[in-house]
Amino acid sequence: MFKDIEHLVRLALVMAIGVVAFVLVRAAVIPRSFGQYGHYRGAALAEISSRPIAFAGHQVCESCHTEVVEQKKLGKHIVVPCEACHGALAGHAEDPASVTPPKLDTAVVCARCHEANSAKPRTFPQVVTVDHSGGIACDTCHQPHRPAIETSAKSVAEGKK
Amino acid sequence: MEITRRHLMLLLPSAAVAWKYVLAGTPESAPNYETTEHWWGMLIDIPKCIGCGSCVRACAQENDVPDGYFRTWVERYHVADWAIERPQVESPDGGKEGFPPNQDSSGKNFFVPKLCNHCADSPCTQVCPVGATFRSPDGVILVDKTYCLGCRYCIQACPYGCRFLNPTSNTAEKCTLCYHRITKGLTTACCEVCPTGARQLADLKNPKDPIHEFLRTHSVQVLKPHMATGAKVFYNGMDGSVR
Amino acid sequence: MQVPVQGFMYPNEVELQWSVLIVLYPFITGLVAGAFILASLERVFRVQAVKPTYRLALLTALSFLLVAPLPLQLHLGHPERSFEMYLTPHRSSAMAMFGFVYLWYLMAVLLVEIWLDYRRDIVLKSQSTKGVTRILYRILTLGSNNISERSLRIDDRFGYFVTLVGIPSAFLLHGYVGFIFGSVKANPWWSSPLMPVVFIFSAMVSGIAAVMLLYMLSTRLRGRAIDIRCLDTIAQYLLYTFVIDFSLEMLDLLQRIYEADESFRSLDFMVHTRLWTSQVIVQILLGTVTPIALIGLTQIVSLSQIARKRIYAVAGSLTVIGIFAMRWNVVIGGQLFSKSFLGYTSYKMGFATREGLLTAILLMILPFLILWVLVKLLPPWPEADALSVSSATPAGTGPTSF
Repeated sequence: MFKDIEHLVRLALVMAIGVVAFVLVRAAVIPRSFGQYGHYRGAALAEISSRPIAFAGHQVCESCHTEVVEQKKLGKHIVVPCEACHGALAGHAEDPASVTPPKLDTAVVCARCHEANSAKPRTFPQVVTVDHSGGIACDTCHQPHRPAIETSAKSVAEGKK
Repeated sequence: MEITRRHLMLLLPSAAVAWKYVLAGTPESAPNYETTEHWWGMLIDIPKCIGCGSCVRACAQENDVPDGYFRTWVERYHVADWAIERPQVESPDGGKEGFPPNQDSSGKNFFVPKLCNHCADSPCTQVCPVGATFRSPDGVILVDKTYCLGCRYCIQACPYGCRFLNPTSNTAEKCTLCYHRITKGLTTACCEVCPTGARQLADLKNPKDPIHEFLRTHSVQVLKPHMATGAKVFYNGMDGSVR
Repeated sequence: MQVPVQGFMYPNEVELQWSVLIVLYPFITGLVAGAFILASLERVFRVQAVKPTYRLALLTALSFLLVAPLPLQLHLGHPERSFEMYLTPHRSSAMAMFGFVYLWYLMAVLLVEIWLDYRRDIVLKSQSTKGVTRILYRILTLGSNNISERSLRIDDRFGYFVTLVGIPSAFLLHGYVGFIFGSVKANPWWSSPLMPVVFIFSAMVSGIAAVMLLYMLSTRLRGRAIDIRCLDTIAQYLLYTFVIDFSLEMLDLLQRIYEADESFRSLDFMVHTRLWTSQVIVQILLGTVTPIALIGLTQIVSLSQIARKRIYAVAGSLTVIGIFAMRWNVVIGGQLFSKSFLGYTSYKMGFATREGLLTAILLMILPFLILWVLVKLLPPWPEADALSVSSATPAGTGPTSF
């Protein structure tokens, strides 16, 4: 009797060996932290959060550049974060001597926000630069940290830089 | 008992495997950061957005986003009169260098910044075959770069088009809500540089976060609510034409 | 992006994610499921007329099943990580569960069924051949040489049971592929409860047509006479399945047109422009309506054997092309329109690239090469009729049986 189903028993044995091998390999190869917090590699959280930072954040800038903050406080640009115009400067914040922030081209930087566009909020200050200034650098007339143009007496009194 | 070569043959491979586990380490974030104390989202104030593209540039710089792909982007809408089902939309290079000057004020025009909505019931993590993309305990949808197969199923499943395949790593990628920043008490790169405060990071589990008061006093929406994704990016002042 | 965009697409949507290889994949698994269903017609439903195609259908299914994972591997960003699907399958992902369905179907159904049916031949060959093939056959016997009447009868009963399990397994194999698309709520072209059902029926259509064509071709190459009763029966089953498949697809279409939801205008425009040739001309007119009409004709009008054979050949070929077009329209079509419903992109298919046309062509040729090897190793026909044009014997020796 057994003789006639022996081949099926062999087949079952081969399958069983396959399953066992699979289970063993799986146990050996599956990442250790998998399933720690959910169906993923728990160690990934630490790996992702340990990425280096590019933008320092305005609080860091303000801790050193206090005189700029004083100027900004007198105008509308107080709400504009430093790195919005100056770019990512975490490197400079880490080691000011080694990384010098590049000089900005105001004709480009200012236009990004202030070039007139019908989709911008009506109350937002915007100009058609071609008509407004003929394309010259904005800082010819405006001081970026305190952009409003005021009378010269007032500027001198407040020590405008 | 004497350690024979045979013993070493058995011990060393097992030891090597065990050492690998030790090296994998235990997850550690910045000191004092507890994932269970946070539930991250974002607030986007449409009337404040000026379409300057600072957020798109900052994100690309902070996260090494390859050219032509976007973890966040800005769309410009033009809605003619009552045709709210047929807006005209454009997003030149994702709005990275802002938008071309436009003084045509017919109809309604506005900007809409977009990013991953870090859905509480995200369809993208549902379809990942191996668990390479997941929702962290603090509500951020992340991708495990070393585990992702690059099958692109998650990219297909996202209703918002916020995912892409990074051509260098050949893995799926998207906004991480600057996880490496928010776990250290900083805000996201896009929120950091936004000059008008149109984008604000929100910690929904923090009772002192201004979002709670804002949600109580403003009408907000999420994108594609009919998809029931549990999106956590809230839009204030969003028009019905926004797709 | 150099891809031309019409209207507006989300910036990350412009480039297609799933290429022609992902079109190939459901096409291949469809052929597997269809071929298997045809084989089970005889085995389980005792449709004696199709018996001449039984073994050929099984070998065809195996050839295609072995090739099926290849387009997927070539498509992956990290094919070396694909085993992760077996290590840490995400139970909510249809794609992950499919890995196990595939494994089950290959190991527990198809290979077992083929082995049981061929066991006697394998044992005999392990004793009569020499060299490498002898070793191969000996391995395949799993060390048992018992081909007594009783053991063969047991094989037959067990094989019947395996086929019985195999039918829902085949439906699962291809229904799952349909579900992989049908469950994506983000994509209105795909999201539909009908998708798995449509996929299964179109798979059956393509598989039956493919085996029918292979049977005609291989019989001609062997210089034997085609069993016309077998062919007529296969064509009938092809017709019935096709009518169901077509009805399902038309139902989906009619519903969409009638309800005209948010996505409809965008999808409608896409079908009328970018998908006009592949969907309306190739899939519907040439690939569905024409074969149905042709085979339907043979059922209504009495035609000569030669005319019927010609019609079956034409209808079968058009069918296979049409079902490929259907997969193309689902996969590629689903990525040509924006999820904002405001724009369209184009598919730039490379040629000699990893996911290009050449790769697709080579992947489609591969199963036939494998089938050729399998037919040599495990002839579907008795020894004397081994596949060879040079030893063509005169027609009239009748249908072979084993």
